[in-house]
Order: sequence, then C-alpha cells, then structure tokens
Amino acid sequence: MSDKPLLKKADFQSDQAIRWCPGCGDYAILAQTQKTFPQITEDKENTVFVSGIGCSSRFPYYMNTYGFHTIHGRAPTIASGLKIANPDLSVWLVTGDGDGLSIGGNHMIHLLRRNFDINIMLFNNRIYGLTKGQYSPTSEQGKVTYSTPMGSLDYPFKPTKLALGAEASFVAKTIDKELKHLQAMILRANEHKGTSFIEIYQNCNIFNDGAFAKLTDRDTKEEQLLRLEHGKPLIFGIEKDKGIYLDGTTPKVVKIGDEYSIDDIVVHDEEDRFIGDMLANFTESEEFPEPVGVLYCKERPTYDSLMSAQMDESQKGSKSSKGLNELLNAGDTWEVK
Amino acid sequence: MSKKAKIETLDNVTIRFAGDSGDGMQLSGGRFTQTSAIMGNDLSTLPDFPAEIRAPAGSLAGVSSFQIHFSSQEIHTPGENPDVLVAMNPAALKAHLKDLTPGGTLIINKNAFTTKNLKLAGYESDPTEDGSLEDYYSAHFIEMSKLVNLACEGIDLAPKLIDRTKNLCALGVLFWIYDRPLEPTIDWLNKKFKSKPDIVDANVKALHAGYNYADTAEIFTTKYIVNKAKLPAGKYRNINGTLATCLGLLTAVEKSNLSLTFAGYPITPASNILHTLANWKRFGVKTYQAEDEIAGIGAALGASYGGSLGVTASSGPGIALKGEFLGLAIITELPLVVINVQRGGPSTGLPTKTEQSDLFQAVYGRNGEAPMPVIAASTPGDCYYTAYEACRIAVKYMTPVMMLSDGYLVNGSEPWIIPNPDDLNDFDAEFVKENLTDEQYLPYKRNEETLARGWAIPGTKGLEHRIGGIEKQDVTGNVNYDSDNHEKMVQIRARKIANIANELPPTEVFGKKEGDLLILSWGSTHGTCKSATESLLSENLKVAHVSIRWISPLPNDLKDILSNYKNVLIPEINTGQFRQIIRAEFLVDAIGLNEVQGKPLGASTIVAKAKEIINER
Ligand SMILES: Cc1ncc(C[n+]2csc(CCOP(=O)(O)OP(=O)(O)O)c2C)c(N)n1
Ligand code: SF4
Ligand SMILES: [Mg+2]
Repeated sequence: MSDKPLLKKADFQSDQAIRWCPGCGDYAILAQTQKTFPQITEDKENTVFVSGIGCSSRFPYYMNTYGFHTIHGRAPTIASGLKIANPDLSVWLVTGDGDGLSIGGNHMIHLLRRNFDINIMLFNNRIYGLTKGQYSPTSEQGKVTYSTPMGSLDYPFKPTKLALGAEASFVAKTIDKELKHLQAMILRANEHKGTSFIEIYQNCNIFNDGAFAKLTDRDTKEEQLLRLEHGKPLIFGIEKDKGIYLDGTTPKVVKIGDEYSIDDIVVHDEEDRFIGDMLANFTESEEFPEPVGVLYCKERPTYDSLMSAQMDESQKGSKSSKGLNELLNAGDTWEVK
Repeated sequence: MSKKAKIETLDNVTIRFAGDSGDGMQLSGGRFTQTSAIMGNDLSTLPDFPAEIRAPAGSLAGVSSFQIHFSSQEIHTPGENPDVLVAMNPAALKAHLKDLTPGGTLIINKNAFTTKNLKLAGYESDPTEDGSLEDYYSAHFIEMSKLVNLACEGIDLAPKLIDRTKNLCALGVLFWIYDRPLEPTIDWLNKKFKSKPDIVDANVKALHAGYNYADTAEIFTTKYIVNKAKLPAGKYRNINGTLATCLGLLTAVEKSNLSLTFAGYPITPASNILHTLANWKRFGVKTYQAEDEIAGIGAALGASYGGSLGVTASSGPGIALKGEFLGLAIITELPLVVINVQRGGPSTGLPTKTEQSDLFQAVYGRNGEAPMPVIAASTPGDCYYTAYEACRIAVKYMTPVMMLSDGYLVNGSEPWIIPNPDDLNDFDAEFVKENLTDEQYLPYKRNEETLARGWAIPGTKGLEHRIGGIEKQDVTGNVNYDSDNHEKMVQIRARKIANIANELPPTEVFGKKEGDLLILSWGSTHGTCKSATESLLSENLKVAHVSIRWISPLPNDLKDILSNYKNVLIPEINTGQFRQIIRAEFLVDAIGLNEVQGKPLGASTIVAKAKEIINER
C-alpha cells in the first residue's frame, strides 16, 4: 500500500440510521465488513455495494461507499453490467436466501458460471425476514410459517452445493457470530479473482430465532463445526479427535486414536473439486459436521478479463475514430445530383 | 437468339418473391432491391418470414416472401397488391395468389409443381395444367430447376446445391423484364462466396440462364422501364431499420464521448440488433447476451450506473419482463434506452409479423406513477434519428427512454441519404466532477432547467452515495417515507418528463394547414398515411397528415393542430390505442382505422375511409 493514511472502520460507516431489529445477525456482519474494509481498500470511491430486496439487502445504505439497492433478486444483473462498464471497480453483492436463491436464483447461477470478478455475501437466515416470516428455499422441510401452517413441503437447497453446481470458482461459508472467521472470509473473497460466493449463516431473531443455535452455542459448536484450512486434515471436536476418513469413495466420520491415525484423515485441498463437493454435501446432515471456511477456491479467467481481451483484440490496428463514417458509408452507395 | 421486345415505361411496380423458406427468396429480393437502388429508383421493401424455422419443405407454413415497391417517384410504402408474383412452389402460389393484382404477372417455377408439393399446398388439380390461371393473369410457367441444371452442367457441385441456384434464375428473368444490369449481383456473389468459386460460378450461370431465357423465349414480349426517381440530392445507400437503429446508437455515443453497452436476450424480431452490435467491438461497443430479458435490462442499467450508456432491446414479451426494472431506472433517474421491436401479440402471438399493439405497454405499463419518454420511429431509415434522439434525451434528462420500432421497420428497407453526424442535435454527456471538500454529495440535487439529477459514477472521489428503489428524499437522496416528500417527488418526476416537450421542434403538417380531415399516425404507419394523403390531396380534398414521433410527452403544438380540422383519423395496426390516448389527452372525437393482420396497412384502405368520413360528416 502507498503512504496514504489508512482508512478506519468509521470511514466506511454511512450517516444513515440502521433499521434492522435489535439483535439481528445483520449488525454483526455489517460491523465485521466495516472493520475489514480498511485492509481491502484505501480508495473507498472504487467500492460499490449492490443488493436486491430484503432485510439483508438494506446493507448498502449503511456502507459509506457507492451503493445500489436494486430490486428483488436482480442485484447480480446490475453488478454484472457495472463490471462490464467499469472492470476496475470492486463490486460487492449483498443478498438473502430469498433474494438470491428464490426470485433471483436464475441470475445467481449465471453470475457464478460466468465468473465476473464480484464478491457475493449471501445472508442465509432460512426465512423471508422483510416480508415477515414466510419459509424460504433454504428453510427445512416441514417448517411452520404464516404461509405454511401445516409445515412447508419444499425440499431445501444447500447454497454451497448449488454454487459449486453452478461452477463457482470460490465457495465459502461462515457464521454471523464467528466474527474473526467472518472477517477472514471477507478478506479471502476479496483476494480471489472471480466470483466469490460466501454463504453467511445469519440469525433472524424475530422470525427464525436459533436456526443455527447448535453451530453457535459455546457448549456445542466445536463438536459441530468443521473448520476448514487448506493443507490441513479435516478434523473437528472439542478435543480435535474426530476426522473425515475416506472409505473408498465414501466419507466417514472416524475417531482418531486406536483404529485411525491423523494420517488417515483427508487433507483439505481448496483446489480439489471433489473435496469441495463432498464438503458441500455435509451441510445440515445428521452424520457429518458443518463445514465452515473455504470449501473450494480455484481461479480461472474472469468474464470481465475475457471481455476486455476481446475488446483489445478487436481494436488492434483499427482506428476507431474513423469507425462511424466507415460504417455509415459501408455497402453499395450512390450519388443523386 | 435475342428478339426485339416492346418497351414500355412505368412509374411504379410492386414485385413479390414467394417460395419455400429454403428457396432463397430473401436473397433474390435483396439483390433486386440493391440493383434498383443503384439505378436510382425510390423503393421500399417488406420481407415476411414464416414463424417456424424448419417448417416441412413445400408446406404452407414454410412460405417465405419478400416484396419490393420501386418507382420513378417518391414512395413511402412497400406497396399493397403486387403487380408481379414470383411463386417458386405450389404453397407459395396458394398463399399469395389472392394478393396479386388482377391481370398481373405470374412467374412460376414449373418444376416444383410435383404431386407431392401440390398435395402439401392443398391443390386438388395442378393450376399450371388446368388452365385456371391463364384467364386471370399473365402466367409464365418456367422450368427453372431444369434450366439451372442445364446451365450448370460440368460444375462439380452436388445436385442439391445446383438446384438451389434457381432463385437466381428467377431473378435473372425479372432483371430482363425490368431492364436491370446483372453486374451488381455478379460482383456481390463474387464477394460473398469469395472462397467458393464453384458456388459463384453456378449462381452466375443460373442468373444468366434466367435472363437469357426471358430474352429468347417467345412468352415475354415487353420490357418495362422504371426511370430514376427525383430524390433529394445526396449520397445514398439502402438501409433497413435494424442497421439504422444500431448506427443511431453508435452515433449517439460517438458524439457524446460515452461508451455503449448493449445487453439483451434473443427474441424475434429484435435479435438482429444484438447481432449487429456484437460485430462492432472494434468501435468500442460492448455487447452482452444475458440469461433473460430481466438480466438484459439489469445489466444495461448497471452499465449506465457505471458511466456507460446502457441499451437493451426486445419485443413485447421481453418488454413485459423488463417492466420492474423500468420503474427502478425511473426512480433512480439513470439514463437507459429500451428498444421495443413490436410484433403481433398477446403472448407469443405472431412472432414474425408486425403490429403496433405495445403502445399502452410502453406508455403505461409500469406500477406506480412512472412517467417515461416514449419515441417511435416512422420509417426504416428514421430508426437512425430516433435511436439517436432516444439516447440524447435519456442522458440529458437522466431517464429511461423507450423507443418503439416494429417488425416491419427493422426488416423493411429504403434508400437513405447517408447522414452527416455533425448535423444532429448537440449531445454532451457530463459526469459529476470529483468532490474534494468535506461536504456530502447531494445525489438528488437537480439541474434547474431540465430537472435532471447529476450523473455521479462510482470511482469518482467524494461522491460516494447510495441509490435505490425506495422513495428518496428530494436533494439528499436519503431513504424517505414521508408522504409530502413522496408527492413532491412524484410531481418532479412527472414534470421532468413533461418538460421534454418544450424542446421538441414544431410538428410538421403535410398537406392543408386546415380542413376536413387530419390523418394522424405514429410509428410505421407513417408511409401508408403519407401515401394516402398524397392521393387525397391530388383529388383536391382538404386533408393533411401529421406523423407523431414523441408519444410521451406529446408535442405542445398538437392541440392547436388538431383543432384546425373537422375530423381526425388515426390509422393503427392495433385496436385503437393511440386514438384512446389522443381522446383522453385532448377530448377530440378521433376516428380509428384499425387492422391487426400482422402486416402494414394499405394506403387504399385509408383513402377509402378518409373519403367516407369527409362525405358523411
Ligand atoms: C418483485 C417483488 N416480489 C416480492 C417482494 C417482497 N419481498 C421483499 S423481500 C422478500 C424476501 C426477502 O427474503 P430474503 O432475501 O431471505 O431476505 P431477508 O429479509 O431474510 O434478509 C420478499 C418476498 C418484492 N419486494 N418484490
Ligand atoms: S426481521 Fe429478522 S432478518 Fe429482518 S431485521 Fe429483523 S431480525 Fe433481522
Ligand atoms: Mg432471508
């Protein structure tokens, strides 16, 4: 970085009153983002937060950067167009489980496969917060809400699995209450060239309180969380005595000690698609711990860089100032005197 | 042996080429058009495509046609009933014969009248054998397949490829009848199939075969001359609406030093705009094929937010999907151009046919009080000026603008004076400059004259601000739910759009400045209405024609113009949408002439209706 004075957290706080419910997980995510941003940029004018509609999508109003609160589900389209117009901007997309996976599911998968250099923060509270508590595409089957008095019938998505299926080049998961981890994931997403997808488990204390309690309760969480680190074995538990073992192609949770040693445990490789897929499948399962961290990260050319390359290629050797007249006068022409 | 043919001079001829989709009728029509343009005729063309991509060969659903009207006078329409019908197979004859002028010329590819094809077209007996045509038309049955086979003997090409050259054989016959040179077509073939000399050879031979056949066969006794038209001086080219639209967009960004970002999703008949612009990367044009129409407009708006000029195009069904984003563009006050190439609706409707039925959708089709400028192109060449104006107004007033075009305009063509971009209205685009003070930038502060807010693009120091779809406080742009502020913002947005009318040039009145009847049109019915008016004026009737370009806002002088005539007639290819707008706006008892047949109106229908009104009222 240059010798410019470093920005502080306060520089990223806008003057707008925050309107989330007291106790909402969104506060923690906002605070961690504002805290991290001085490490991400020294020119806040080059940062843009784009969002859809939902409680989570209010986020841009509170960041003192450029911000665009768009329409329900469509933030990926605005973000993509913005990146086409100006590939130098740092573009962040904030969305919810309803915004990003229900009404905007189509745009989400296409953004991921195109791999624009955009960072996605998907706040998953497994509920529609803003419209006051209907089930969402990530709610567990059988969920009783205003719109499903006898329980929801829909089978839910696992967002990280969906992202990998849509050819995402960076997929991570974190939790609103895991402050340091959340910061680390934001930094990792920023470093990644390409579409970065961070799913953030977020508690909606009004309509879906405790959805992630077993992952956040001090007493239980270390038994439940599989903290991913590149190059390290997939172990978990308060005593770090459990791990993931591959029996042929089938993963199994094993106890490290007598029968299995640490050397039998799968070592995490962020660039390995098959490990990423396996980890994404652990989400919400009875048998496996919940992975948090970077499930998969492998760079490939971004859409914006490929587009710039085509633009450069097409402009090689041609004088574009003459272009218009050349086109106007192309083909057969004739004079009438 | 060349014979001595009689020579006659004509003012006006309309030819329709019809055949199976695979028969190359668009190509024959296009070449006849280009040659006639070079010869200095005024002309107007109308292609007609089947909706199915690969309808069974020989079926009625697979018939494709191309009509050209060319003249030694100024003309404004592709003509109504053709004087000449080229029918390459029974289905083409069946589909189009009813339109041929009584006594008109029929040129038929006899070899295609096989039992199978006759059955596919629903003929019980062969009309080329049963004498049913000769009594009513000057019918010529030519064995085109046989002619081209003989002509191409010795060329090493598959028989199927040889047979495909019969469209050039038909063209050759017409070139003889209308005394047109073959060279422009031969030059074109040489360029087009540069790497395939055998194909060039076969096509050139087929063209000559047709020409020579007409020259020697006894059946053609007269050659017709259609002289040069007296067109305004200038350098001309032939142009269709798609290309004119794209050139208009490019001119706008070149003159304003903006970049162009076009984002869209394929749909007939708008896709060719995307295809054309995709080839202009070397001029800095960025194109993006989005995952759907919503994403298309979203990306275009995102690009505009980023400081490029975002443009999207679609047709009715796709425009319906874009509706919510138009509202966002209106409330965030960002420039955006949305082109609607109208086609027959509702729903998928008649995807390859023309219609003017999306006018209400354009003017009213959004939730909330959402005023938006709507501009309509009137001829294929006018798409250039319309697209340019749409861009200029979008940027000057920071608003989305909808440009209405239609299937006829984008596919139709006409001779066009190549414009000089310097003659167009000024177009300066300016971004808000960086702010190095401690003062907060006020994103909803407005230009006093235009009421436009500033275009403050990300990446500019000191202008960090938030915009979005929630109502914004005047000046500060902060989220605001206050009822008085909302009402004020609704009014400001309405006034901003209404203001545009103040800069519109005086409305042109063609014909009598006052009188019995004003024919009022918008969009592509311009040409037909103008032709009809010319014909009525030549009979000394007190009529006039006004063609409306800006539908929202309407020109300020329209009210007075309307009051100068006893009656107002509004011909439209819909059930009376503009008429309703005019009635509501001006309390004028306008009369409609409405057809929804998927094709342009005919001038004769308008003339008849006009006379009926003048005589009865
Ligand atoms: C076109 C449209 N349909 C519906 C809505 C209503 N709506 C607003 S937010 C929302 C769901 C939000 O859920 P989610 O994305 O999970 O965000 P959260 O509030 O939970 O953060 C819905 C249905 C809308 N604003 N626009
Ligand atoms: S409804 Fe839920 S998600 Fe929305 S602000 Fe309140 S607590 Fe947060
Ligand atoms: Mg939610």
